[in-house]
Amino acid sequence: MKDETILKAEKILLERGGVTVLDIPELHIRRGGILAIIGPNGAGKSTLLLMLAGLLKPQKGRIYFQQNPVETLADYQALRRHVSVVFQEPLLLNGTVFENVALGLKFRGWGRDEIKQRVRRALDYFGIRHLEKRSAKALSGGEAKRVSLARAFAVLPRVILLDEAFNALDPPSREDIIRDLQKTLEETKTTAILALHDREETLRLAQDVCILHNGKILQSGTTAEIFHHPASEFVAQFVGTETILPGVIQSSADGSVTVAVNGKRIEAVGEGAAGQKVYCCLRPENVTVSRSATEKTSARNCFEARVMDVIRQGYVNKLVLDCGFPLVAYITQSSCEDLGIARNAVVVASFKATAVHLLRRLE
Amino acid sequence: MELIVQGIIKAFELIISFDPEVLGITWLSLKISGTATLISLIIGVSIGTAVALNNFFGKRLVISLINTGMGLPPVVVGLFVTILIWRNGPFGFLGILYTPTAMIIAQAIIATPIVMGISLAAIQNLPPNLRLQILSLGASRLQLVWVLIKEARLPLLAAVMAGFGGVISEVGASIMVGGNIKGYSRVLTTATVMETSKGNFDIAIALGLILLLLAFVINFLLTQIQQRQKLR
Repeated sequence: MKDETILKAEKILLERGGVTVLDIPELHIRRGGILAIIGPNGAGKSTLLLMLAGLLKPQKGRIYFQQNPVETLADYQALRRHVSVVFQEPLLLNGTVFENVALGLKFRGWGRDEIKQRVRRALDYFGIRHLEKRSAKALSGGEAKRVSLARAFAVLPRVILLDEAFNALDPPSREDIIRDLQKTLEETKTTAILALHDREETLRLAQDVCILHNGKILQSGTTAEIFHHPASEFVAQFVGTETILPGVIQSSADGSVTVAVNGKRIEAVGEGAAGQKVYCCLRPENVTVSRSATEKTSARNCFEARVMDVIRQGYVNKLVLDCGFPLVAYITQSSCEDLGIARNAVVVASFKATAVHLLRRLE
Repeated sequence: MELIVQGIIKAFELIISFDPEVLGITWLSLKISGTATLISLIIGVSIGTAVALNNFFGKRLVISLINTGMGLPPVVVGLFVTILIWRNGPFGFLGILYTPTAMIIAQAIIATPIVMGISLAAIQNLPPNLRLQILSLGASRLQLVWVLIKEARLPLLAAVMAGFGGVISEVGASIMVGGNIKGYSRVLTTATVMETSKGNFDIAIALGLILLLLAFVINFLLTQIQQRQKLR
């Protein structure tokens, strides 16, 4: 697939009451890609989506759709005909499910038979053909969400924008809807932009990620890049790097370095001169916990650790360890029981040198 | 008590016998107030919707003015319309004082702010993102307004009822600009006032009952339309 830009934002600036809501020098949306815009509440995710959807005019800057600048009212109207938005709330109208899904096609002046065909196909994408004749206002939350998704896909948009689309859904229907959405995106080859704040959803759905904070893009790249090589402490924390340790590089050789952290030495893959201040970032799933050091491990970092806390998080437990520096690890509940891990137990924590992501520290 | 009973009997007599004069008065009331309501709907809904959907400087002031207008005293409206269409007034050349046309104008002026205020509130009460959602589905400006009005039809029908109820029962302006001319501009309310002042309480009661009945039938029909969709 060619990396072609379908939607582009350039030098976007939006202020409200003297506060900068959005300040985006450049953002490219790849055709056929699935981009997640993630960030904390109030970061400007929804506002950015509205702008890309042609529903909000930037005070400065410009949106380009397929290389053409969007400027006049007619341009905006044309953009809106190619871009569909699914809002957080389903926003269904009075009438049947069919009428709701047909709305966008009616606006475009399609014929009755074509509408019927398109609507049925869109309903099938989300497995709600049987709801066709039901009143849209009498649906459950999950059903309503499916209808609003089907309605957005019915108009065959080039780009679909989803604003926190999976909030307020119970876990099973959330799972099903995510699966149907993935399938539909694949089948229709629609470009998608999702505003999310859930890491797990981001990892599952997105190919590209862009981190938004206070209206600015802090980092953008592929999902793997962002999650494994966060560019700043904020991004690292936001994408779930639980352990972020300040340290100083002691020595470096052959593409790997030794970092002193609280008197301990951590080996990491990376470049850097001795004396360079860095952060060592470590994702909890990359830390292995065992009862004793006798077990063979290829990991170059092994530390004896005291369990400070065991926090239950669904199927996994989060262990807060003290190895002379704080370290967070995930362990399944059953392993936790097998190993007899409880508070104050002494364990061995190990992690590979490649699992450590180095971040330059500016102080 | 006897008076009321007599009045009710008289009312039934007048209704059952299809008294041509009473029938004529009733029809005229319906025609004038119906037309006035229709005019107020066209003006009220469009301006109400426009104010609700657009942000402009002084919007709050405009909304306050509209809301104040909802309580416009009919006599005051009657007074101003009379002054305007008085023979020497700015619109005196039209020669419409003491005609049903003048009554329609006065009643439309009374009903318009009511309809406007309610439609404004109805459109404003729709979820804020609904507008963006409809636009993002590719609606033109006109299609957007049409869908929103359809979506708010429950409260909009309430606006129709309030507007119609306001003018069919109104007497001050009608008598001032219509003149209560027999067979020409006499409506149920003005006739009731006149019969009461003449001491013909039985006929007055009869007319009052017909007025109530008329208001009830109209509202009943509108309520049917309004509630129908809920059952679906």
